[in-house]
Formats: sequence, C-alpha cells, structure tokens
Amino acid sequence: MGIEDISKPYIYPDIELDRTEGEAIEAARKLYKQPIKDPDSWLEEDISRNILLTTVDAIINWSRRSSIWPINSGLACCAFEMIATAASRFDISRFGMEIFRPSPRQADLLIACGTLTWKMAPTYKRIYEQMAEPKWVIAMGSCAISGGLFRHSYSVVPGINMIIPVDIYIPGCPPRPETLLHGIQALQEKIKHQSIAKKKEQS
Amino acid sequence: MTFKTEPFVVNAGPQHPSTHGLFRMRFTLDGEVIQDVEPVFGYLHRGIEKLAEGLNYTQDIVFTDRMDYLTSMSNNQAYVLAVEKLAGIQVPERAEYLRVIMTELMRISSHLMTVGFLLNELGAFMTPLLYMFREREKILDLFEMVCGQRLTYNYLRIGGVSQDIPEEFLPALKRYIDSLPGFIAEYDQLLAENEILLMRTKNIGILKRETAINCSVSGPVLRASGVNWDIRKADPYSIYDRFDFDVPVGSVGDIYDRYRMRIEEMHQSIRIIKQAMAQMPSGEIQSKVPRVLRPPKGEAYGHIEAPKGELGFYLVSDGSTNPYRFHVRPSSFINLQVLRELMTGVKIADAIVIFGSIDICLGEVDR
Amino acid sequence: MTLALPATEISAKLETQFPGSLVDSSGNTIVVKPESIFQIASFLKNTPGFDFDYLNFITAVDYNTYFEVVYYLVSLEHNHGLILKTRCTNRENPTVPSVVSLWNGANFQEREVYDLMGIKFEGHPNLKRIMLWEGFQGHPLRKDFKLQ
Repeated sequence: MGIEDISKPYIYPDIELDRTEGEAIEAARKLYKQPIKDPDSWLEEDISRNILLTTVDAIINWSRRSSIWPINSGLACCAFEMIATAASRFDISRFGMEIFRPSPRQADLLIACGTLTWKMAPTYKRIYEQMAEPKWVIAMGSCAISGGLFRHSYSVVPGINMIIPVDIYIPGCPPRPETLLHGIQALQEKIKHQSIAKKKEQS
Repeated sequence: MTFKTEPFVVNAGPQHPSTHGLFRMRFTLDGEVIQDVEPVFGYLHRGIEKLAEGLNYTQDIVFTDRMDYLTSMSNNQAYVLAVEKLAGIQVPERAEYLRVIMTELMRISSHLMTVGFLLNELGAFMTPLLYMFREREKILDLFEMVCGQRLTYNYLRIGGVSQDIPEEFLPALKRYIDSLPGFIAEYDQLLAENEILLMRTKNIGILKRETAINCSVSGPVLRASGVNWDIRKADPYSIYDRFDFDVPVGSVGDIYDRYRMRIEEMHQSIRIIKQAMAQMPSGEIQSKVPRVLRPPKGEAYGHIEAPKGELGFYLVSDGSTNPYRFHVRPSSFINLQVLRELMTGVKIADAIVIFGSIDICLGEVDR
Repeated sequence: MTLALPATEISAKLETQFPGSLVDSSGNTIVVKPESIFQIASFLKNTPGFDFDYLNFITAVDYNTYFEVVYYLVSLEHNHGLILKTRCTNRENPTVPSVVSLWNGANFQEREVYDLMGIKFEGHPNLKRIMLWEGFQGHPLRKDFKLQ
C-alpha cells in the first residue's frame, strides 16, 4: 500500500453500517431513561425459605459463590485496577474467580469497570443478555455508579443501572484492588442468601 | 486448483479480549488475508474537551489524569506545561526534578505494560504479563508514597507539584532503580532470544519511514522506523537539556523494532532518573500561583514526549478562569492512522500483534 | 529547540507567491484565506528551506462570529515549526479544503474536527463522524451547544 492509498475510501459500504449502529444507539437513548431497580428480593429470602430447600440452597449457593467467573471486559480506567486485582500481587484466584472468560456465555459476573458511553450501551446490554443465568453485575467506580466526573457529558450514560440491573456498587475513582476484593466478597455474601425457589428478578 | 473467495467483513470489538479497551476494527478478509481494515472509534468518547471548558485551569488536571490512564503523570506534565506557558509561570528547581523523576518512572511503567500485553497477544499467555505487573506494582508503590494514589495521581500542579516527597522515598527509589536493569535484562534475554517471538515479530508490520512521517506518527513507533525525533531532545522542555541520555532509533520498523525501542527506552529512563536523583536540589516545590488563575488572552501549545508519543495540549485563553478551548493532541489516536498501511496484506493472526505493538490507550484515543 | 519560524519572513515570501491570500501574520502564526489554504500548505511542504513534512495537529476553535482552523506544521529535517490558521465566517456551512492528499496524518483529525465542530473539509476521502454516532444532533464543541 502506497502513501497515497492510506486515506482512500474503504472497499465495503462502511457508512451504511455506521447508520445502522447509530439508529440502535438513538433507540437505546430513548428507551433507557430511568434507572433499573436494584435486585433486592434476597432481603426477604430468609422468611420465605422452604425447609425442604434450605440444604439444597446451601449447597447450590456454596458452589455458585465459590466459583464466580468474571467476564474479561474492561470499559475504562478502572479496568486496569481490575487487571491488577487479577495479577500477581492481589491475586483474585484466592477467591475462586481467577478464570476471566473472554466470552460472555461462559461468565457469571460482569464487572462494569469504567465509563459507559451511549455508543457502547447497546453492545454492553447485549453482552449482559448473552450471559447465562444466574448472573451478577458489579458497578465498579464512580463512572459506572453515576457517570462520576463525566456525568454531565453529552455522550455518557449516567450510571450503568440505566442499562442493566446492578447487584453491588463499589465507590472510588478508581477503587483500589482491595476494595474490589471486598466488593466481590460482599457479592458472595449476597449469593449466600439466594434461593432457587424464587427466581432472581429480571430487568 | 484455485478456489475463488469472496471478501468477508469481520468485526473485532468493541468487546474483544485483546483490543486494549473499547476499540473496534472492521476487517475485510479474503480467506485469511486482510484486504482492508477500518478502525472505529468513540466507544469511550467522554467529551473531555467540552467538559474541561466548564471547569477552571486547576480543576482540569483531573481530566488529564483520566485520559491515558497508564501514563497519568505524563498527561499532567503536558497540561501544566501548556498552562505555565500560557500564564508565564516559573517552576522551582526541585519541582522540575520531581516532575522528571515521576514522568520517567511513568514511562517505565507504561513500557512494561506495553511489552507485557504485546507478549500476551503473541501467545505467551499471562506469564510475562504477571511479571511485568509485579514490577509495575513496585512503581505504583512509589507513587502511592508520594501522593497516595495508585492510578490517577493529580500530582503535578500548575507551578509545581502538590507535595514534597517523604524522607523514605529516595532510598526506596534507589533500591528499585538499582534492581530494575537486572529484571529487564532477564526478561529481555528470555524473550528476545525466543524463536517463536522472533518468527512472529521480525519483518512483520513494517512501517516505512516516509509513511510514518506522512501519517504524523510519533513516539517509539516513529523512532522504530528510523526517525531520530524525540521531543526531549528536539524541543527540550522542563530540564531535559541537563541530562545525558541516548535516543534509541530502529532500522527496519517492524514489530520487533518497536518492541526493542521500549526495552531500550526503559534503560535510558533509568539513566535519567539516576542523574536526576544525584542532582536534585532542596528548596521550594511550588511557586506562587493565584488560587484562581486567570491567564492573559492568548494561546499556547505545550507538548512532551509521553511514553506513547508526542502528547500536546493546545489551550486558548480569553482572560477568564476557564480555558476557552482545550484541545489535546492525542498521540495514540494519531498513531492509529497507520493501521491500514500495516495491516493490509497480512494474516489476521498478525493483526492483533501489530495493533499491540503500536501501543494505544483508549482513554486517550477517544477522550 | 524547535525553532518557531518568524512569520514576517514567511509572509513576505507567501505574499509574492500568492498575492492577496494572507489575512494576518504575527509571532509565529500566519492566518490565510480558507480558499488558498491547500496551495499554501502545499507550497510550505514542498519548498526547500521550509520542508514542513510533518503535520503535528489540526484543531478548530469557535470564536462565535467565526471558526478558526489551526494547523501546526513541523519540519523534522530543519527542526522548525509554524502555526497556520484559517478563518471561516459562514456558521451554517463552514467549509475548508482538505489537506489529506498532502499529509495522511490529517485524515482522522479532520474527521474529528468535522464531528465535534461541524467544519466540512472539501476533498476529504471519507468525511463522516468519528467519535459520535451517525444520527447525533449537533456538534458538541461549538459554543452554542449546551450541556444539560
């Protein structure tokens, strides 16, 4: 390829693909106006729990919470703290979740680490939907919680809970790896209280 | 017998394990060979340039931290340099030395990550990266000692730095700097003599000198193509004219040369830090700057040699407390213009390695 | 040190070469008319002695009454730099000739200026939005675009 060829038009209709994408983004902007309620059914689980199911629940929840596989998906700055959590010093594998899966279909946990923009929102929603049940979401960092520093921007989703339901919020800009580990332990505690009798509510 | 194939459009990204963030490439493939590639940006476009116009000069430093989140100190340096040029502020000697030490440490940390991720994409899955992370964590410890943060430091301020270093910093830095060359040499020996690495990097993704200049490429990618252009030498800012260091220059411009540049630059950064530690004077770390800065009307362009290339800030002031225009010259974004040249005609398996060798950070590409 | 070329020296040369195309020159900044930007850029790139082979950055500033497009040119060979500017007063449909055929480095940057500031670059091979999506209303870096 010569110098003069670098800027020539692409050999496929790129503008049509861009338009289709743009329509999906505009549709998402119109659709997601209100935050989705945080899943909190587990709060009443203790009362409604069936005696027959408690042992089964205990075993299922134990196995679920001890092998949470997060998806290997980074949004922005916080992604590096997530990788640092997985790397040598903080070593997330001590908590049974060292296997970062590249495919959403094999993952249970979506760590939303960073700013979500409207351009990314339809894709992110799809990643969440592709994950198999049961699945959990951690909003890591102030951008994922509320848009943070960029809340007032024209292209930023003000909080990831506009798009997907969030189980755990971890504040910080960015949160330290210890904080992320604490958040994951809090999620494990939450899973402990779930029951197979009552389904986790849907978005 | 020959088979007829039809062009086939494949998406890589924005959610892809090895795109260093939210980046998307549309490949047009003929069999396994790439015919065309289009980078698609904007999945992390947060509108920093617009938001920065709404805050004052000191507050805008926090946005620069979050641009290229692997080199926050360098971003701070470029921005405060532009503001100091605009307002005509002098910086105390000691603060200049602290800035040099911090930005050079940042360069080492960024290059460690680049090399680690490049090897990850070459198939050395996770192991070299974990070693690189081990070394990087030690640098982050040093930064934490100075300003209490691991990733977004907000340490360099207009007219100086936010706080002086604690007593135990210099001995800790010395210990680290003395041990680092051994580690780098060890990794380099293990990796650079590896047959697989050589096969996959030598003579692949060659960037010619003319194309590199014509596409405004900067940093290690430009130098790997044989252009001796380093802002620290070509347009010395801060106190870089006082240090003795070399600018490594490549000859072929392939992936291996770009890998080599980063290893060599780490050694040069160690040299600079050693000299800075020896020369550092005591004294003030912050000059007198009004609490709310109102630079005179005008414009200024401050640029530095950031780890990923030339990073510049073009600021326009209208005499008020907020910048009238806040433009970033993003090194990674501009370096990506050669993607098409490098990837056309290669196999799809090499595309990710070429992409990794350019070394980008999506926070800076999209801003 | 990257030498900032004195504008007076260059402007005298440009005035003889392209009469009537200069608007202003001071410091190391030259302001030219938008219709002659391509010829002048081409002259600065190809004339021995100037050799501006490296386009450092392109940006645009909104001054309410007019848009200013800023080019920072550098010569790697002679290590000198020059800021070239052009102004377009048409707010509805600001147009500037593209310099992509001189420097490929202008490609994405012109698209970015078009996306965020709404300045059209005539002759650009693929002028479309780069950061925002197709269908986004307005150009955010303009001063009349208000954040919520």
